Amino acid sequence: MTVNQVSVFIENRQGRLGEVLNVLKENDVNILSISLADTTEYGLLRLIVNKPEHAKDVLLSAGFSTMLTEVLIIKVPHVAGALQDILSEIAKANISIEYMYGLSVEANDASIVMKTNQLNEACNVLKNKNIGTMTEKEIESL
Amino acid sequence: MIWAKEETLSREEMEALQLERLQETVKRVYEKVEPYRRKMDECGIKPEDIKSLKDLSRLPFVTKQDLRDNYPFGLFAVPKEELLRIHASSGTTGKPTVVGYTKGDMDTWTECVSRIAVAGGAKADDVAQICFGYGMFTGALGLHYGLENIGATIVPSSTGNSEKQIMYMKDFGTSLLVATPSYALRLAEVAREIGVDPKTDLKVKIGLVGSELLTDAMREEMHKCWGEDMLVTSNYGMSELMGPGVSGECEYLCGMHINEDFFIPEIINPKTGEVLPEGEWGELVITCIKKEALPLIRYRTKDITRLIYEPCKCGRTTVRMENLSGRSDDMLKIRGVNVFPSQIEEVVLSVEGLGPHYEIIVERDGYSDKLTVRVELASATDSFKVLEEIEKTVRNKLKVMLGLDAKVKLESPNTLARFEGKAKRVRDLRKEQK
Repeated sequence: MTVNQVSVFIENRQGRLGEVLNVLKENDVNILSISLADTTEYGLLRLIVNKPEHAKDVLLSAGFSTMLTEVLIIKVPHVAGALQDILSEIAKANISIEYMYGLSVEANDASIVMKTNQLNEACNVLKNKNIGTMTEKEIESL
Repeated sequence: MIWAKEETLSREEMEALQLERLQETVKRVYEKVEPYRRKMDECGIKPEDIKSLKDLSRLPFVTKQDLRDNYPFGLFAVPKEELLRIHASSGTTGKPTVVGYTKGDMDTWTECVSRIAVAGGAKADDVAQICFGYGMFTGALGLHYGLENIGATIVPSSTGNSEKQIMYMKDFGTSLLVATPSYALRLAEVAREIGVDPKTDLKVKIGLVGSELLTDAMREEMHKCWGEDMLVTSNYGMSELMGPGVSGECEYLCGMHINEDFFIPEIINPKTGEVLPEGEWGELVITCIKKEALPLIRYRTKDITRLIYEPCKCGRTTVRMENLSGRSDDMLKIRGVNVFPSQIEEVVLSVEGLGPHYEIIVERDGYSDKLTVRVELASATDSFKVLEEIEKTVRNKLKVMLGLDAKVKLESPNTLARFEGKAKRVRDLRKEQK
């Protein structure tokens, strides 16, 4: 139920993000979601793409410090309070979240990408509560 | 194996030989080299005054500036017709320093390098790939002749075209590598990039590295890249003295054996010029006692080291010089603190998660100096905590090592410059900012 996210280290330098995106473009990798967190000197770029393994390989050979990270992509219904309901279940199980960002592939759907160090526990909570997640297959087909 | 019997002389025999050669050299230089005769006259010393090795300290020094002032051949003791070869230093600051060799000097040079190569594990059946730049630089040709003399097969591949270098290593069965430590590491990196593992796919088991400092950390890095069973020795020399061949490590890696029957070492206080007692750290001063074309007397090398007279397990009785702690030239003065780039290198190499390449930037920030160390990430991460941890570790270790607060800049792999010859890892921007 987890999905591989591509994590890339980039220096805070003009054009650096463009270089990463260019490598992905040239290698026909489709980006579904992107999150960029930064400090004053550098940032970590996190990407959900249709071909994570391939994306990692091409970025590595282009000289970027790149790795795959297992994350959960949780489907969130389009109603007020839906995200809060899900997160409270996760909080109840004492699972801490490292970071989150959004993902939307169609007009009526919404998901969140979530990284936690307690992946197994998180998966159990989601299964027990019947909360849907996106699979690698679904991501690949996008 | 020990190449020459002179390497095992008793102290008395060695000193007798040194005195004889020193007296002959001083006499010849006084007669033939006008600028040095003037220096001696100014000090009120005549060749006859050299009665024992102790009298060496009464002679005036020669510096790189003397070579520049007498460019190109002013300090030569033979007519130009007797020269077989001329080499020159790069001369990045002003005129290059020019050195020359007679037939006798070429033989001496070959002999000295043969000894050092053998001490570093070289044998007649080795295939020796020389990845020093051929040309005016003495490194490549010095090692070339010395290794050829012991019967090794030479691959004079010079620097550059690193992928082809790896192909030669693989196809010719290269067993001995001559390079700067930083280029040796770069070659291992290139090998891995093209799918060749230096440890298993190549047969390189001996590394004779020189022309740059080899720190313990760098040697460890060499083992990581080329295999634990590689014998990595450093050797020392400089074109003014001859080129490589002044000294080199043996398999016990406990300092570089000096070819004392050709070079007399002294350690001085670089500020006062006074000779320091045995075992103390200071500037190395060398007197060439068997050179014909350019017999420099008391040449100030600007290299900081100390001398070790205790006998070595290898059987050689020659004095050893400690692996250099730095050049007084390379020393940076940052906020009043003396900093050797090799100290920073030691820190960088000791931190998990970083590659061996780095760059040191010193700038003026208001009235103070600012030190920045750029380092490359060796492994990827998804966590800011890991990145912050690396930065913090480098900063803390630098603080302990230097007593200075430095800024650490993390960079992507392969961002920093790679060097084929001497690495230029310091950018001192303070001069430009003045």
